[in-house]
Amino acid sequence: MSLQADIQLALPGFQLDAHFSLPAQGVSVLFGPSGAGKSTLLRCLAGLEQGVRGRLQFGTQCWLDSAQGRCLPAHQRSIGMVFQDARLFPHLDVRANLAFGYQRTPAAARRLAWDQIVDLLDLGPLLARRSSTLSGGERQRVAIGRALLTSPELLLLDEPLAALDLVRKQEILPLLSRLQQELTLPLVYITHALDEVSRLADHLLLLAEGKLLAQGGLSEVLSRTDLPAWLDEELGVVLETELQEELAEYQLLRLGFAGGQLLVPAGSPTSTRRRRVRILARDVSLALQADAAVSILNRLPAVVQAIRPANHPAHVLVQLTLGASQLLARITRYSCATLQLQPGMPVWAQIKSVALL
Amino acid sequence: MLLSGDDWAAIWLTAKLAALTTVILLILATPLAWWLARSQSLASKLIAAVVTLPLVLPPTVLGFYLLLALGSQGPIGQLTQALGLGLLPFTFGGLLLASLIYSLPFAVQPLQQAFQAIGAGPLEAAATLRASPRDTFFSVVLPLARPGLLTAAVMSFAHTVGEFGVVLMIGGNIPHETRLISVQLYDRVEALEYAQAHWLAGGLLLFSFLVLLAVQLLNRRRSAA
Repeated sequence: MSLQADIQLALPGFQLDAHFSLPAQGVSVLFGPSGAGKSTLLRCLAGLEQGVRGRLQFGTQCWLDSAQGRCLPAHQRSIGMVFQDARLFPHLDVRANLAFGYQRTPAAARRLAWDQIVDLLDLGPLLARRSSTLSGGERQRVAIGRALLTSPELLLLDEPLAALDLVRKQEILPLLSRLQQELTLPLVYITHALDEVSRLADHLLLLAEGKLLAQGGLSEVLSRTDLPAWLDEELGVVLETELQEELAEYQLLRLGFAGGQLLVPAGSPTSTRRRRVRILARDVSLALQADAAVSILNRLPAVVQAIRPANHPAHVLVQLTLGASQLLARITRYSCATLQLQPGMPVWAQIKSVALL
Repeated sequence: MLLSGDDWAAIWLTAKLAALTTVILLILATPLAWWLARSQSLASKLIAAVVTLPLVLPPTVLGFYLLLALGSQGPIGQLTQALGLGLLPFTFGGLLLASLIYSLPFAVQPLQQAFQAIGAGPLEAAATLRASPRDTFFSVVLPLARPGLLTAAVMSFAHTVGEFGVVLMIGGNIPHETRLISVQLYDRVEALEYAQAHWLAGGLLLFSFLVLLAVQLLNRRRSAA
């Protein structure tokens, strides 16, 4: 079910005003600097904030319609929520924490079975433990399981990885990805580190100072050139690719996409042939000729589509088309003038680095 | 036997009064403390101050005003008479009412602190796990506030056992009806019966010490768990 939101909330020194819709499936990422109001927005969706005005419609369920004086309390909304600090109940062991929401979900509404969730998150060995003896990663796994066992129709995650170290993050991220594939449950995920979730994300909402700056497909939003300065380092494109060949001798993968091929260092082995890669605008430079004598692996023919100012006055952003795909390059205004770049001009895009997601 | 029948009657009456006071206070103070812990309103600050008054007032002041209120000319006295309950001063019922008021802050304060210490986190988590506010109160708040409940019960009981000023004012000294240990002790001392006085006073001392020790041990076990 899709979510339609048009909500306002006034807090001391802060005003949230967000109008957006979320697709009925996939992962929607809520991204923005700290203090942007990401958590507040998520809490409004969950029904944890008082005094929210506007409308929230989830499929056929009306969660909020302040004009009609209607506000569904949190415990009646079909959401699951995972907090940054897990918030396990300290007086209950892991089994009882998991059972808390499960028991309060009518049997007929339980779409996700106990065993399925316990297996998926590998919670079996933890069931008898007290929540105070768990590590950070274990706590978040239990918190995710606890939320899923209420069979929510929408899962809200408030920076669930923020308190974890890199190792733990890498333990949880694949779980979220599996969860998404196996349970076909829409997720809303807050992060301030876009790398963390760009392999999961389908939809991106950009929030700053309580206002929604942009929303749309991940690549679509990140290749926009009218975004504020703090996002400059994040600008780029995300490409869906397919594995074509493994060059075992050089530990490289040849990936094909709609518009060309890329050579990428082999990452951790996975069975899927579909790989998502991210190319940041700052990692793309442009050349007029195909010069073979450079160390850069990925050089692709492209056509200049548009040139826009970047946030730093020394830079410009160049939008490129490669077949059916797009690429974004951030170069200096000086280079742009020297190369006399114009829309429609053929160029070679030299890609310094490709992140395999 | 060093303790007489009168002494045992006073001990039994004191235990009955303290137990009843504790049970009733826990039932009344729990919702009151929850409201005081959660509410930001001016009314809650006012009520909090009123509830705390018995902590700082001399017990005789409290007893004096209660005596006036419960007496035949007082508002509560007229009400109890209209209801056919008679007058409460110098009865066990009057003593119970006075104890409830006198020991109220000793029940409310530990509970209020325990509720405040829980914070919003577990409540919000419970709400997203389909628990209604009422359900959350019984399944999350009360279990988490268990040390506070225990402290409230122990303090209410011990404090009621030790009251004297209010008892004299409102209860007087009627055997089997209002004569509590503390009053009996006073009588013994007045009559220069120091041996019996020692047994009563020493008993109270030991009791109070054991109660406080028990609270310490229970809190220690909890923090170790």
